[in-house]
Amino acid sequence: MLQALFRFDGSTEHLIIRTVRLPRAILAVVVGAALAVAGAITQGLSRNPLAAPDILGINMGASLALVLAIFLYGGGDHHVGFAFGGAAISALTVYWLGSLGRSGLTPLKLVIAGSAIGYLLSSLTSGILILSQRTLDEIRYWLAGSLAGQDLDTMLSVFPYIAVGLVASLALGRELTLMSLGEDVAQGLGMKTAWVKVGAAIAVVLLAGSAVALAGPIGFVGLVVPHVVRFLVGADYRWIVPYSMILGAILLSVADLASRLVIRPQELPAGIMTAIVGAPFFIHLARSKMKR
Amino acid sequence: MSIAKPWIAIRPRRLPLSFRVDRRVPGVLVVMASLTLVSLLFNVSQGEYPVPFLEVVKAVLGFPSTPDYDLVVNTLRLPRALVALLVGMGLATAGTILQGLTRNPLAAPEIIGINAGASLVAVALIVALPQVGTAWLPPAAFLGGLGTAVAIYLLAWNGGSSPMRLILVGIGLTALTSTLTSLMITFGELDTVSQALMWLAGSVYGRSWPQLGALLPWLVLFLPLSLVLARDLDTLNLGDSLAQGLGSRVEWTRGLLLLCSVALAGASVATAGNVGFVGLMAPHLGRQLVGPSHAGLIPVAALTGACIVEVAEIVGRLAFAPIELPCGLMTAVIGAPYFLWLLYRTRNQ
Repeated sequence: MLQALFRFDGSTEHLIIRTVRLPRAILAVVVGAALAVAGAITQGLSRNPLAAPDILGINMGASLALVLAIFLYGGGDHHVGFAFGGAAISALTVYWLGSLGRSGLTPLKLVIAGSAIGYLLSSLTSGILILSQRTLDEIRYWLAGSLAGQDLDTMLSVFPYIAVGLVASLALGRELTLMSLGEDVAQGLGMKTAWVKVGAAIAVVLLAGSAVALAGPIGFVGLVVPHVVRFLVGADYRWIVPYSMILGAILLSVADLASRLVIRPQELPAGIMTAIVGAPFFIHLARSKMKR
Repeated sequence: MSIAKPWIAIRPRRLPLSFRVDRRVPGVLVVMASLTLVSLLFNVSQGEYPVPFLEVVKAVLGFPSTPDYDLVVNTLRLPRALVALLVGMGLATAGTILQGLTRNPLAAPEIIGINAGASLVAVALIVALPQVGTAWLPPAAFLGGLGTAVAIYLLAWNGGSSPMRLILVGIGLTALTSTLTSLMITFGELDTVSQALMWLAGSVYGRSWPQLGALLPWLVLFLPLSLVLARDLDTLNLGDSLAQGLGSRVEWTRGLLLLCSVALAGASVATAGNVGFVGLMAPHLGRQLVGPSHAGLIPVAALTGACIVEVAEIVGRLAFAPIELPCGLMTAVIGAPYFLWLLYRTRNQ
């Protein structure tokens, strides 16, 4: 296998590794890292253990925008910009709805707003798919959250965005730790909270948007990983962000491996694997963290 | 006092029952019933092959009409429109009961995950045992919904159940069950899968007399039962301890009401798939029309639900003709913004 990477000789095995398996493995690593970091930041910003890009409908926003783009302009190249736009709009809407009222941003309101928006967006998505058979054909497998069938070129065109998002998140680690103490405290310590929020929000949109553009709406990585990391390294976001990156990459790689091996020769979309692990975890969190 | 009494009491002589309903109820009921009837007739008369209103009435009532009209109306459109009507009533009543029980205006069978559980079992039945007839779908979906409801209740029980945990656990379970559903869809036989997919989108497409026959007994049984229990629902709404003080057997009536809600939701979902947000919208609209007392609210909400589904069905069939959008999609497009508006309006509560 290593030979295929370093001394490529054109044999079938080497070709398989170079053109099919390697891109897929890289994709799993990158998407997993992006989703996990996006989840960590969302949870830190909203101080809400149940927040994650998929629960809050951000992933659905990106998917709808992508489906819309393919519906309007045809497939082929990936319309990453649309994914960012969709992610940003749905994130803003859900955040605004969740923070309405005197009690401010409560976990319950945020999650309810997110699930309603998510329901609406996925209904609209399936509406487009019903209206246009062509779009359905191009996109069906992608919508279940799958890592299969991406080539290196499309991946390379999206990677810069993810890189920017990851670097920004790493740089914001200290500020995020302060923010997670509460906005008042952070302001009292002399931090410009508005800028941190904007920066972190942009990072989340970049990360979630490009992850969805590459692999479809893969759920629950962004929810589960930050909790495991917090259990391992404590509440300091300077450590949470890099560890989330690593663990997210590992989780999605393992999920991908499992999804290919469980029922060979068919394969499950990786999004289904992560949901089967992640949904019980969400229920456990709701049970244990929500004492009120 | 010159103010008119705001209530009307109805006490049948023979039966040990009494209803006390808001003064507005009879008027509103008549209006809603006629609206529903008009939308039903409109639904039957419009489409690829329009049938004049009068001919529709003639064909339905069995007067001699042209064979074409008779076929279109009685075989194709009427059963389908009636299914939409009953599904709307079932979902709306289920939602009304659930909101009353949880004392939470945002609870609805589709948010809490009862619909998702019912869909999972029904899809499993369609995909794995395609030879089983449609008559078995409602009981299966009912069991699925019931299982989910029990699971939610048990999981949310953490030294006492709280409405908030109930909803969060429900959202988690919805994610899990809908994932399992898509798993079924990924690996079933192709033709059964496409049948299941169509069904999942919340559509009354191709529903005919057999499906109507399978759905009807559930509504005939559980709608009146809910109506009889409406008074107990009002009492429960005051809070458990007060209800106990008023002599209500709290756990017993709550269980019975939950059973009604799950049965109605399950049977509706089994027939038409995921028609979302009806169980959420209809009770709210009903409350605005006749106030919160359940004896009046349940029938009004049921008719409102029927009306919503009929209208969604009309729009879905005609908006992008000849392509049909499933009415579940239309109700979501109307319902989700309404839900968010509700969230906005109740922001300070």
